[in-house]
Amino acid sequence: MAQIPNEELLKRIGEKFGEQVTLVGEPYGLLTVETSREQIIDLLTFLKTDPALKFIFLTDITGIHYPEQEKQIGIIYHLHSLTTNTRIRIKVFLVDGDVQIPTATVLWEGANWMERETYDFFGVIFDGHPDLRRILNVDDMTAFPMRKEFPLEDPNRVDKKDYFFGR
Amino acid sequence: MQNHPVYTDNDPQNELSTLNLGPTHPATHGVFQNVLQLDGERIVSGVSTIGYIHRAFEKIAEHRPFYQITPLTDRLNYCSSPINNMGWHMTVEKLLGITTPKRVDYLRVIVMELARIADHIVCNGVLGVDTGAFTGFLYMMEFREAIYEIYEEVCGSRLTTNIGRIGGFERNFNSIAFAKLRKFLIDFPKTLKEFESLFNRNRIFVDRTKDVAAVTAEDALAYSWTGPLLRAAGVDYDVRAMNPYSSYEDFEFEVPVGTNGDVYSRFLVRNEEMWQSLRLIDQALTKLDKEPSDVFHADVPEFYLPPKEEVYNNMEALIYHFKIVMGEIPTPNTEVYHSVEGANGELGFYLVNDGGRSPYRLHFRRPSFINYQMYAPMSRGMLLSDAIINMSSLNVIAGELDA
Repeated sequence: MAQIPNEELLKRIGEKFGEQVTLVGEPYGLLTVETSREQIIDLLTFLKTDPALKFIFLTDITGIHYPEQEKQIGIIYHLHSLTTNTRIRIKVFLVDGDVQIPTATVLWEGANWMERETYDFFGVIFDGHPDLRRILNVDDMTAFPMRKEFPLEDPNRVDKKDYFFGR
Repeated sequence: MQNHPVYTDNDPQNELSTLNLGPTHPATHGVFQNVLQLDGERIVSGVSTIGYIHRAFEKIAEHRPFYQITPLTDRLNYCSSPINNMGWHMTVEKLLGITTPKRVDYLRVIVMELARIADHIVCNGVLGVDTGAFTGFLYMMEFREAIYEIYEEVCGSRLTTNIGRIGGFERNFNSIAFAKLRKFLIDFPKTLKEFESLFNRNRIFVDRTKDVAAVTAEDALAYSWTGPLLRAAGVDYDVRAMNPYSSYEDFEFEVPVGTNGDVYSRFLVRNEEMWQSLRLIDQALTKLDKEPSDVFHADVPEFYLPPKEEVYNNMEALIYHFKIVMGEIPTPNTEVYHSVEGANGELGFYLVNDGGRSPYRLHFRRPSFINYQMYAPMSRGMLLSDAIINMSSLNVIAGELDA
């Protein structure tokens, strides 16, 4: 089956969810939408089960941290419809301090470790996750190391500061 | 998944033993642990623990210019590093809008398919070893060595190759590389055939692998499996065929699909993939003859690192070199997802760029990480010896598992 055009995909989502799903952009042709944590499972369920869309394959779940934004923590889902060969990217942004989102393991078993990794790196709590523990880091670690407040290098080091390079 | 008896603490028959399979055990093929509860030789439950060689690649990548991320990708799946390298370079090329000349694409196909063969040689060879057949492994390892010699000719290193540049290769392929490649194409099929006949109708091997750890297509999809494991379960998803990159659309090849999803199917799928890879390399060599022989990179001086000799003798090259290494050249403020068919499945790079010197966020979708999470649930009810065979057929590479 042919790839679903982004306009049509967006129209289908718009018909079902209206204002609750907003378009972020189409970087390099990949439709990117944003939604809220209240809608995320409904949206994923719709995308997975709709007979015309069939986004049956969960490619990836990961997180991102924007310390300057009001909603600092982002969770990013990549889905793939293997029948139509269409991909979609879904983003949910949460306020730091209230980083809870329903788990996608109710739809895909494979979301389990991806969510554990996102928890481990960004501290996102996936509600209803069967086994939300750290996965790559040690259990007694208290920080969430992929957040931007944890610099990799010595913060006192100045030779790599941007202002030395005219930025 | 198989049904297994449920035990409680008060059960008089509850005499389970705990077995630590790993972290360092020859059968785990890497550093990761499974704590298994055994009822005799049957596995009742298991918990997988990973992260023993976690090296924080994603964090390091946030602090490095694009070129310095290539050595990180080498160390993901170190059995087929060129695929990782080129997947990363292609992601950056997609971000920057660089189109590579056809000859570069074909050379990349050759190197990536060689890497796939090298990876499958190890996986299938070791699967034989785990069933007690050492001969096949020895036969095949000779050709992994031959492949490493070709890498060595192309880039100077063998295991963690760091092959390539953004836009192409660091240097042109020399005649020795092509001679070694041609010799490989003549010699390897004979051994591969011999290897197949050693195993495909071997009573012990077939009995140990057939119907062992069978996974249905539904389960494989629910667990986001990709690569030979998913195809063995009957789903013909191959990134090369579905979303062609590096001009795979110019080539004729088949995507081998299994039926049972068991260890034997995975073995057959990987074997067949090696034949298809040979076919691809053969076609690429023919196509190369029609391309100008001196082209080996795209004409993008602002992103392609100039050769060292020019850096020392040419002012312009020196400036470009400095600007590239220091990450001074502006890059678009956007995000990109690019995936390639790694030896274990879909290897994806999700790159969020803010125009800075290094990626704002880089996430590796590592096939081993995603494939391996099914191991503990699927081992329930299995015999310990079958669980070992199952693990080698999953081809879990610790570097790719932990990143």
